[in-house]
Order: sequence, then C-alpha cells, then structure tokens
Amino acid sequence: MAKIHFSLVAPERELFAGDVDQVDAPGTEGDFGVLYGHAPFMTTLRPGEVIVRDGAANRIFTIQGGFADITPESFTLLAEHAVEITAAN
Amino acid sequence: MASLKEMRNRIGSVKATQKITKAMQMVAAAKLRRAQDAAESARPYATRMASVIANLAQGVSGDGAPLLLKGTGREQKHLVVVATADRGLAGGFNSSIARAAREYIGRLIRDGKDVQIICIGRKGRDQLRRYFGERILHTYEIASAKTLTLDLVQPVATQVLELFEAGEADVVTLFYSRFKSVISQVPTARKLIPAEVHQASAGAQPDLKGGVYTYEPDEESILEALLPRNIAVQLLGALLENQAGFFASQMSAMDNATRNAGDMIASLTLQYNRSRQAQITKELIEIISGAEAL
Repeated sequence: MAKIHFSLVAPERELFAGDVDQVDAPGTEGDFGVLYGHAPFMTTLRPGEVIVRDGAANRIFTIQGGFADITPESFTLLAEHAVEITAAN
Repeated sequence: MASLKEMRNRIGSVKATQKITKAMQMVAAAKLRRAQDAAESARPYATRMASVIANLAQGVSGDGAPLLLKGTGREQKHLVVVATADRGLAGGFNSSIARAAREYIGRLIRDGKDVQIICIGRKGRDQLRRYFGERILHTYEIASAKTLTLDLVQPVATQVLELFEAGEADVVTLFYSRFKSVISQVPTARKLIPAEVHQASAGAQPDLKGGVYTYEPDEESILEALLPRNIAVQLLGALLENQAGFFASQMSAMDNATRNAGDMIASLTLQYNRSRQAQITKELIEIISGAEAL
C-alpha cells in the first residue's frame, strides 16, 4: 500500500518527517485518521494525541492544538508544543 | 617620550585586551553555530504557515476576510516593534536596526501619524529613548534568552494583538536584522498587520489530484485561528535571526578588535625595543667617553 508523507512541525523544530501508513489526529470537530489518497482537507486541531502508524510501529505525540493541512500525498501538521511520548508501546 | 616602564605597561594592557577580545570572538563563534541551527530548524514551521495562509487568503479576499489580514482600512495609528539585542560589542548590529527604525518612525511622525513603539532588547530601547522616549510603550528583555521559544515571544504577540483589537494600532511593523550570511545582516522591516501574503509561496500549490480542499470548520475560522499565531511565529523567527546575526556581527567585530590589538602590540614593541636600544647605546657612549677621558 502506498504511504503518505507525514511531517510534524513545532515552532522550534521539525519533530517528524517521513513516509508512514496512517496518522490519527484530533481535529476540533472530531478525531480523524489519514491514509494515502485522502481528500484535500484543512482543519484546526484540539489538544490531544497524534498517533503515527507505520507497519507494526506506533509513535505517539501529544500536541496542544495546532493545524493540519492534508493533500492526497502528504500531511503537514503544524503543532503547538508537540512532545513525543516515549516507550508508549 | 614615555619611559621604558610605561611602555612595558602599555604593551601588557593591550595584550590583556587582546586576550579578552579573542575569547569573546571564540565564544561568539560557538554560540553563532547554535543560533544558526535554531534559526534553521524554526524555518519549516514558518514557511509552512506562510504558504497555508497564502492559500487560504486567496479564498477569502472579500468583506469576510479577517481584519488581521486586510487591515482596519485606516493608516493613522502605527505600532513599531523594534527587535535588537540586549548587549552590545557587536559592531554596528544594534545601531543599524535602530537607525532603520528611527528613519521610519521619523517619516511617520512628519506625516502626522500616531506612532507607538515596543522594544525587544535593551540596546534598541537605549538608542530610541533619546528621540522617542515618550512613545515607547514597553521593553521586553528576552532577546538574549538562551533558547528562544514561542512561550517567550507570546507576551509580545499578545500585547500587539490587544493594541490592535483596542483600535490603538492600525499598522504594525517589525524591525529586525535579517541574517543573510555570517558577514552580512540586513536591517529589515516587515509588516505584521495587515498580514503580508507572499504570493510567491502560494505559487507552490500542492498537487490535489483534482480534489478541492474541505475546511473544518470554515476558511474564516481557520484563518482567524492561524493569523494571531502567525504573529507570534513571525516574531520568533525574527528574534532567532537576530540572535544569529548578533553573534555573527559580534564575532567579526571581535575578530577585528583582536587584529587591531595585534597591530598595536607589534608597533608598540618595535617602539619599545628601539628606545631600549637607544638607551643602551647612550650608556655605552657615556662609559667609553668616560674611559677615554682618563
């Protein structure tokens, strides 16, 4: 299955960039998951968890709100205060 | 003619100064690298945000556009944010920003506009206070923070937004020094309100595969959430560039100072050796002519 290019950027630095299977994010009007080929979509985010799924590996970040820009091939998440939760598996 | 002892002291003091400037230069070089990295890693966020705003702005150019984007329609009240460093000894770094801001403010005042000033960094305030003391609303001393974060910048952005919403500012301009390269920093003015939309970045349209963007909630709400944050982001970006520019400027200023001290030591040492030799020769002549007289 084709992968989507996901980048998670915080104001101070880029936290994650790479091709992944799926990304779950907390939208202001409901959580959503994004796969390759998603319809173009822009939304604001509420504080919550962003789950990056790639194969069997999951990486989880908490964000304090932010903004998502989704095109069929890429997902850019502008986050406020993003922190990775380590050893979340 | 100074005595030999005086000259020795003089050389010693120049040498001590040279050691200090040399040390400052090396410290600045090390800090420059870190500041440059920080400025670099903050860039993706700012560019992404600018391009998203540019995309959104095209869709809402009518009456519904947020005031932060299209402005209040007036140009009477100006707010000028001047970002400099907290410390000096960096060549013309602070002065060149302050001068650019001063010329701009002077022009506005001549045109009969109301001008208020917010300073970031002590040096800029010190230089502007002489001319526009009563116009300076507040000075933030966050320019020399070890790591600049959005949290540090937020109070400035909040004050700017409050002034804008209270109708105290129609146009907000930010002065800072753009970090072009290690040897070149350019004092730059950037409009924060109304937001400058960079059409160039809007040109890099993503491939939507024929789809149309869905907005959640609607475009206006997204813009209204993004624009205030964009002000903080732009301030942060400017401060990060300032910090890198400051260290670069300090580094070259201190490099110059070290070299000047070196030249001075060389010429003083030459002078010292000459007068020492002259004295020895004089003493020899005295001894020889004394011996001959016997």
